[in-house]
Amino acid sequence: MLPKLALNIRIGWYLALRQVRQASGWTTGLIIFVMVLTFLNLVVVSGILVGLIQGAVDAARTEYTSDVIVSTLNDKKYIENSPNLIALLKTLPEVEHITARYQEGATLEANYKTRKDTDKPNTAAAQIVGINPTDENTVTGLAHSITEGDYLALGDYDQVIIGQYLLKQYVPVDSPGFSALDNVSLGTKIRISVGGVKREVIVKGILKSKVDEITRSVYMIDSQFRSLIGRNDGNVDQIAIKLVGGADPLSLRETLLRSGVDRYAKVQTYADAQPQFLKDIIDTFNLLGSVFSSVGLIVSSITIFIVIFINAITRRKFIGILKGIGIHGHAIEISYIFQSIFYAVCGSVIGLVLLYGFLVPFIGQHPIDFPFSDGILVAPLDGTLFRVGLLILATLVAGYIPARMIVRKNTLDSILGRN
Amino acid sequence: MIQTTNLERVFKAGDVETRVLKGITFKASSGEFIAIMGRSGAGKSTFLYQLSLLDEPTSGEIVFDGVNTHLMSAEEKTHFRLAQFGFVFQDYALLPEMTALENVALPLLMQGVPRAVAYQKAQDALTKVRLGERLDNLPSQLSGGEQQRVSIARAVAHQPKLLFADEPTANLDNESSRTIMGIFQDLHRAGQTIIMVTHEDEYARLAQKIIHMDDGKIVSVTVNK
Repeated sequence: MLPKLALNIRIGWYLALRQVRQASGWTTGLIIFVMVLTFLNLVVVSGILVGLIQGAVDAARTEYTSDVIVSTLNDKKYIENSPNLIALLKTLPEVEHITARYQEGATLEANYKTRKDTDKPNTAAAQIVGINPTDENTVTGLAHSITEGDYLALGDYDQVIIGQYLLKQYVPVDSPGFSALDNVSLGTKIRISVGGVKREVIVKGILKSKVDEITRSVYMIDSQFRSLIGRNDGNVDQIAIKLVGGADPLSLRETLLRSGVDRYAKVQTYADAQPQFLKDIIDTFNLLGSVFSSVGLIVSSITIFIVIFINAITRRKFIGILKGIGIHGHAIEISYIFQSIFYAVCGSVIGLVLLYGFLVPFIGQHPIDFPFSDGILVAPLDGTLFRVGLLILATLVAGYIPARMIVRKNTLDSILGRN
Repeated sequence: MIQTTNLERVFKAGDVETRVLKGITFKASSGEFIAIMGRSGAGKSTFLYQLSLLDEPTSGEIVFDGVNTHLMSAEEKTHFRLAQFGFVFQDYALLPEMTALENVALPLLMQGVPRAVAYQKAQDALTKVRLGERLDNLPSQLSGGEQQRVSIARAVAHQPKLLFADEPTANLDNESSRTIMGIFQDLHRAGQTIIMVTHEDEYARLAQKIIHMDDGKIVSVTVNK
C-alpha cells in the first residue's frame, strides 16, 4: 500500500491528467498564452532594462577599453616605463594584442581663415588620441565606427578622424556646455592646439559610436602626435589589452599587479573601468525590473486563481461526487495544483524557446537603438530559471487556494448544487 | 449491519427550522435488499444521505458494524465511505472527462490498488453490467441506461459492504430501468446489501423489505415474500 500522501499525489495526477486531456483546446491555449506573456514579462522587461546599460558596457569593452586597460595614474602625466610594460605584455600568453594610446586635451578650431574679428571663434574642446591605426583596429575595431570617409592609415600625416559629437550637425542637443565645431565635414581643414602647439589637419573620417570616449575624441597617427606634444621617450597614456578567447581579465589584472605595474600605472578590467554611475544605473534597473516582474507575477497569480476558481466552481458538483465516492479532498486539491503547474510549465517552456530561440539572438543581431547604447536583451540562464521557479511557485499557490476553497465545501451541498 | 437511533435532521434557513427527519430508528442486516418509498418531501433521500454519511444528522446515532459514525471526522467519513459503501446516484454522477473504465477504476485506485489490478477489476465490473465493449467510451458517448450501469459498476467494483442507490431509475426509460433493477437483483442474489430509494412500486416490490416514509418518519415496513 502506498503512503497516504503518495496515494493522494497519484490520484491527483490521475484526475489532473484527464481533466487537461479533455479540456477545451481553446481554453487551454488561452491560459498557456497568458502564462507565456507572463513569463516574457518576468524576463524580458527587466532583461531589456538591464540590456540598455549592458549594451553600453559591452560597447565600451569592445570599442574602447577592451578586456583590460592600463592608464596613467591620477598624479602622473603618462605611464612611466611604458616600453618595458609593453614588452612585458607582449610576452604574456593570455594577451592576444595591445594598442598603446597617447592622449592630451586639445582645442579644435574651424573656419579660422574666414572668421572675422567680430565673429565668435568656431572651437570645441576635445581629447586628441595618438594611435597606431593597425593596432587600434585589431584591439577595438575602430575602423568599423567610421560612418563617413576613411579610417587612418600608417602614413596619414596631418589627417585625423573625428568623433561625431565634436561636429555640430551630429550633436543631438544644443547645450551651452556642449561645444562642437560648425561647418566641418570630410576634407575640412581644422586646427588643433595642444599645449600651445598648433597643427592644421584634414578631417579624413567621421566616427559614430555609442561610446562617449570615442565620439568626443580626435584620432591621429601616434608618431605625428608624439612630435606634436614633444614626447619621444616611448611613454604612453593608455594601453588597451585584448585577451585570447577564454582568458580571464581579472587574472591578468592580478598578474600585472603582482609584477608591480600598479606603482606607475592604473590597471583595470573592463568592469573596473565602468563609471560608478553606470553600475548604479544597472542596480537601479535591476530593482525596477524586479518591481515590474513582481507585478507580472501577481497578475499571473490572479489569472491562475480566477481560472482555477471558475474551473472548480463549475465542477463543484463533480468535486462533491468525487468526495462522495470516497476520493480524498487532498487528492482533488493536488489535481488542481498539477493543472496549475501544467499551465505554468507549458507557458515557461514556450517562453524559454521564444526567449533563447528567437528574442535573445534577434535582439543581439538587431540591437534596440537607444541614444546612449545599443540595447540588448540580457537573460542569463540561471536568473531566468529562477524566475521560472518563481512563476511555478506562484501559480501553484494560486491554483491551490481556490481548489481548497471549493473542496472544503459540504459534500452533499456540492452534489446537490446547494449554496 | 447498520442501525440508526432517533435520527433527526433539521434544516435552518434564517429563523425558520424545518425538521426533515423526526427521530428515525432503523436497522438493516447484512445481505438485505431494502427499498425506501414515500411521496416527495417525505425525507427518504435525506435519510439515505444520513445513512451513507454524505450528510451530518442534527441528532441521533448511526452505527455501522459496531462503529459509531458520529465520532468520525469528515476525513474519516470519506475514507469510511470509500472502504465500506458504494453509491448510485439518480443522475449517474460520472466524471465527464474519464472513460467508463477510468470512472470505475477510480475508487479502487484511491484504495491504493495497483493500476493494472484496478483496471482489471473495473473491466470485470463493467462486463458484469454488460458494458464490456464500452470500456473506453466517455459518459457523453453512452446512453442514460448505460451511464447508470457504469455508475453501478463504479459503486460495486471495490466490493462494498453496503450499496446505496438514490432513485437509480428515475431518469431512465422502462427498458433501461428494468435492466438496472435486474442488475440490482443479481447483486442481491450474490449477497450484496442494498438500500435503495425509489418512488416506483414496481421496482420497490423487487426488494425484500419496503420502508414507507412520510413527514420525516417511518410509517410502515412491508416485507415482500
